[in-house]
Amino acid sequence: MSDDHVYLSLAEGHDDSDARWAFGTGFEDPLHGVDQSVPEGTDTAQLAAYCLALGDDALVSAQRLAQWCTAAPELEEEVALANIGLDLLGQTRLLYARAGQVDGTGRGEDAYAYFRDADAFRNVRLAELPNGDFAFSITRLLVLSSWRLALFERLAVTTSDPVLAAIAAKGVKELAYHRQYAAEWAVRLGDGTEESQRRMRDALAAVAPYVDELFAETGELKAEVLAVLRQVTDAAGLAWPETAPVPGHGRDGDHTEHLVPLLTELQSVARAHPEATW
Amino acid sequence: MTSTGTEASAADRDETRFEEQFDATIAKDQRIEPRDWMPDGYRKTLIRQIAQHAHSEIIGMQPEGDWITRAPSLRRKAILFAKVQDEAGHGLYLYSAAETLGADRAELTEALIEGRQKYSSIFNYPTPTFADVGVIGWFVDGAAICNQVPLCRCSYGPYARAMVRVCKEESFHQRQGFELLLTMMRGTDAQRAMVQDAVDRWWWPSLMMFGPPDDDSPNSARSMAWKIKRHSNDELRQRFVDMTVPQAAKLGVTLPDPELSWNEERGHHDFGTPDWSELQRVIKGDGPRNAERVSRRRAAHEEGAWVREAATAHAAKQAARTKQTEGAAA
Repeated sequence: MSDDHVYLSLAEGHDDSDARWAFGTGFEDPLHGVDQSVPEGTDTAQLAAYCLALGDDALVSAQRLAQWCTAAPELEEEVALANIGLDLLGQTRLLYARAGQVDGTGRGEDAYAYFRDADAFRNVRLAELPNGDFAFSITRLLVLSSWRLALFERLAVTTSDPVLAAIAAKGVKELAYHRQYAAEWAVRLGDGTEESQRRMRDALAAVAPYVDELFAETGELKAEVLAVLRQVTDAAGLAWPETAPVPGHGRDGDHTEHLVPLLTELQSVARAHPEATW
Repeated sequence: MTSTGTEASAADRDETRFEEQFDATIAKDQRIEPRDWMPDGYRKTLIRQIAQHAHSEIIGMQPEGDWITRAPSLRRKAILFAKVQDEAGHGLYLYSAAETLGADRAELTEALIEGRQKYSSIFNYPTPTFADVGVIGWFVDGAAICNQVPLCRCSYGPYARAMVRVCKEESFHQRQGFELLLTMMRGTDAQRAMVQDAVDRWWWPSLMMFGPPDDDSPNSARSMAWKIKRHSNDELRQRFVDMTVPQAAKLGVTLPDPELSWNEERGHHDFGTPDWSELQRVIKGDGPRNAERVSRRRAAHEEGAWVREAATAHAAKQAARTKQTEGAAA
């Protein structure tokens, strides 16, 4: 390796037209070759709202994962949690882009992320709860990734929108890893020490009341997802708690007190400079 | 047990022969590998340098990591998140390289949070605006590249190989930082002012990243002889200035040094002298953010202890269960 070569390449002028390198080498457009026109007969308002809701789940989850940055228990977890956050951020961007195409406003991803207030967000409430300890974050990730994986597997083959189907198909591979990562940690923590077992029991008790809400629109997935969760809790030597759900639905714009501060932080710079481009 | 004179002289002869082999490997520009004999000083110097480098990657996640949750577009959020993740990855490769020399990651982390080992003083400066993310990419990653590209030819194999990958990623980060600044300079007046302000704050600390001037750098000569270090601090600093000046012109920012000018005769830029007393103050722990950086690393490490203990306990239980199953089967 010639070090002079590397220095030269760094000093080269930057071609302003080449915006794509910021995505990384080996970047493949997941929508390459997918017909992006809206199929005839589509209820566009419904499709746009659905893409937004799935995008909101992913954005709020990615924001919570970003809050783990520099606070994770080990460097391997820094890398893994960032990886999962980045996957979800990628899903957000594709889903928001599709919402903007479909709802006829032509809004870009940032309009949805930065210039809507909390009451316009449609994410499930489990995603917005504060991170808590590592046990809570892992338990939440296990639940959300198991649910989203089941949902995306189905969407990939059943939705009539080819773009949403392609986004879901790409997401399936990512979510399978998220679920595996969370399940492995749930087992380690459940089986580990007295303290980790106690923390896992507390986490399950805190997460369980928000699980019913996930199946408000997709009741048929509930048995499948709960079976996965029970399989993990069994392997971890824990019991899946039977608790009463917390009333309300994030999908109706009904949120906990935690969403407003999360969005205030997320939107602060963008809203301070509304005329700026980044 | 007492050793006889014959044994001692045989050991001395071995030692001399090993040392000759080591010197010959260095002279031929070949690599020293983990199982090769090496002088204690070489091992200690490398552990100190690699650990310090690893700590810098990990502490360096903080000043920029603070902006991931507030990045003003989803594209910038993804870029920054991925960059900070890369730094965690660099920390991992480097701690692994240190472990090939007999160091232990947990012990190195203890040394960091107890203040026994250092990290790059640049990360003790604050990041008050989003433009800092761009300027860190452009200056700090740029300076890191100047320092680290020659390390790809360092005499110690695992360190050199880790640096190849690190440099590729750092180069990518530098371009991303520069591209953010280009975009901001084409934006609003407030954005342009933000960029210039960040340039003003980071320029001198970035020049100090190359360490003290050559005539005041006590460990440099030995590291150069061992081919751990390939260029002097002042040579690298010059290289960084020469690389950065045309980029600043392209960007349309002013570097805050009235003495900066092209010297036709030398074929290099002349530039002013950094405030070395400031560098000494920051290294000694009196920089704007020293205490915060280390205490945050300590908090993450201590709060994560129960997780690491649980993983260890689970692994032990698993091993015992496997053994029991195998025992029953036998």
